[in-house]
Amino acid sequence: MTASTTALPLPAARFTDLLAAEWIKLRSLRSVHWALGAGALGIIAFNTNAARADYVNFPHYGRVVRTHFLSWALRDAFTQGAAMMLVLAASSIGAISIVGEYTTGLVRTTFAAVPDRRALMTAKVVVVAAVMTVYGAFTAGASFALTQAVLDGRGQGVSIGHPGALRVVVASALLAPVCALAGLGLGALIRHSATTTVFDVFVLLFLPTFVTDRYHWTACVRNALPFNAWYRLVDVEYGHQPFTLTPRYPTTVTGGWIVFGAWALAAAVVAVVAVDRRDV
Amino acid sequence: MPHDALPRDGGPVIEVDRLTKRYGGTTAVRQLSFTVRPGRVTGFLGPNGAGKTTTLRMLLGLVEPTSGAATVDGHTVRRYPRGLRHVGALLDAGDVHGGRTARAHLHALARSNRIPAHRVDEVLAEVGLAGAPAGRRVGGYSLGMKQRLGIATALLGDPPALLFDEPLNGLDPEGVLWVRGLFRRLAGEGRTVFVSSHLMSEMENTADELVVIGRGELIAAESLTEFAARGTRPTVTVRTPDAGTLAAALSAEGAAVAPYDGETLKVTGLSSDRIGEIAFEHGLLLRELATETASLEAAFMELTADSVEYLAGEPR
Repeated sequence: MTASTTALPLPAARFTDLLAAEWIKLRSLRSVHWALGAGALGIIAFNTNAARADYVNFPHYGRVVRTHFLSWALRDAFTQGAAMMLVLAASSIGAISIVGEYTTGLVRTTFAAVPDRRALMTAKVVVVAAVMTVYGAFTAGASFALTQAVLDGRGQGVSIGHPGALRVVVASALLAPVCALAGLGLGALIRHSATTTVFDVFVLLFLPTFVTDRYHWTACVRNALPFNAWYRLVDVEYGHQPFTLTPRYPTTVTGGWIVFGAWALAAAVVAVVAVDRRDV
Repeated sequence: MPHDALPRDGGPVIEVDRLTKRYGGTTAVRQLSFTVRPGRVTGFLGPNGAGKTTTLRMLLGLVEPTSGAATVDGHTVRRYPRGLRHVGALLDAGDVHGGRTARAHLHALARSNRIPAHRVDEVLAEVGLAGAPAGRRVGGYSLGMKQRLGIATALLGDPPALLFDEPLNGLDPEGVLWVRGLFRRLAGEGRTVFVSSHLMSEMENTADELVVIGRGELIAAESLTEFAARGTRPTVTVRTPDAGTLAAALSAEGAAVAPYDGETLKVTGLSSDRIGEIAFEHGLLLRELATETASLEAAFMELTADSVEYLAGEPR
């Protein structure tokens, strides 16, 4: 070879290369496989067990419950506990995709190879969001199919075409990428694994239950959290169900979707911008 | 030297210009300027904490300089969207994720820079990690194996400029020989090779040029030969039963005399011939008269003595 040229031709920088690289990085970690696999099993089992309990108890339910059983059936399709597991799994995967780079030092190798850090982080955001959307769709879809199949044993299963059913599945599925991006954004800001985990759990799981909806401003905070947005989106009989009270500051389905979108977008922007100028 | 015949003006020039990096109150690198030319191996020497790693990180665009510039081929590395084909680097062998296999690690890096996948196997073979080791997770690697993986990473993009930070750490003697041969070959191919070390002895058989820094400041930037010449202020060891008289006589002639033990003096500033004459003039018996030419190591120690950051023993 001559001194001035390298043996390899110099191709244009393409964003798809970064997507492919980030995909390789995500799938080549065994811990990711374990976390996602165990999480999916836990979530699906949790939901199916809720349906099983309703199947067993159904003969003992009163008339009012039976007439409003749609609420129960769709609640079993993706329970609150399962949603918490999904939040935990998704935010952890999002966080480790960037914190793992910082804690191991890999981030220096990565940024030396791709000095265009914004492009790299955008690729990471896209890959994490895409993988977690598929993951959410799988867990929510499988949960729906299994729980309704169990409830079909009492003739109470709901079809996906039923009004509101698809919304339950889609909102539950999208909870995964929203929380994964939140984890990624927080991870990019904090860059330490333990602190990131604590913040993730605090913001995504504790705050939604701690913040009261008694005052307007706290209700605003509460309703702006992704977990509460999910809760609103899957509450198909919101305002019509005889067993629950409508809160003083009610929320809408549209509001829920906006919260999802805003969190995803804000987290993505933070992830891309936060790493750009900081020394590694 | 064999590489003299090889091209020297084709590869990129690494230019560091009045580079400064401050962390709060401490200045890691201060007004550092030097040039690294292609076609030869340039050693980057300095005691621990001298600012070598910070300088290399600034060169790679990982750390933002407080002022000044560090460029490869006229551009800061941050200006290149993808880096591996412009400058390859081994900064720290630990800068990998222990959960991935060496092959997956390199495969992801290659893909991000649109480097064909077969190049991964080439560099793995080149560093001696082909086959089973490449399929093992890096977390289980020895330091030497991690160094080899780091070198493979640096070579991946077949870059015209290469930076290595303490590449010999953890390598066995065979590995050290191999790395030296590799650096020679890379430089021989016209590439710009910049290798840091805190041990002069590592550079002795590797580098053609030296950049020496201490406490973040430039101490010397010259060829190894010029650098070695600095250290050849010879010390003469002289042994005599009457050391006191001889010491006085030599001091009177302007020599620096350091008593070594009761009979032995270490003398600088006079040749052994002259010392012999002086002893003869004073009628003193000499039992030993020997010139010690300072090694490169001594030259390095002497030069950086004032700038050593961490010194064992005495508090500074």
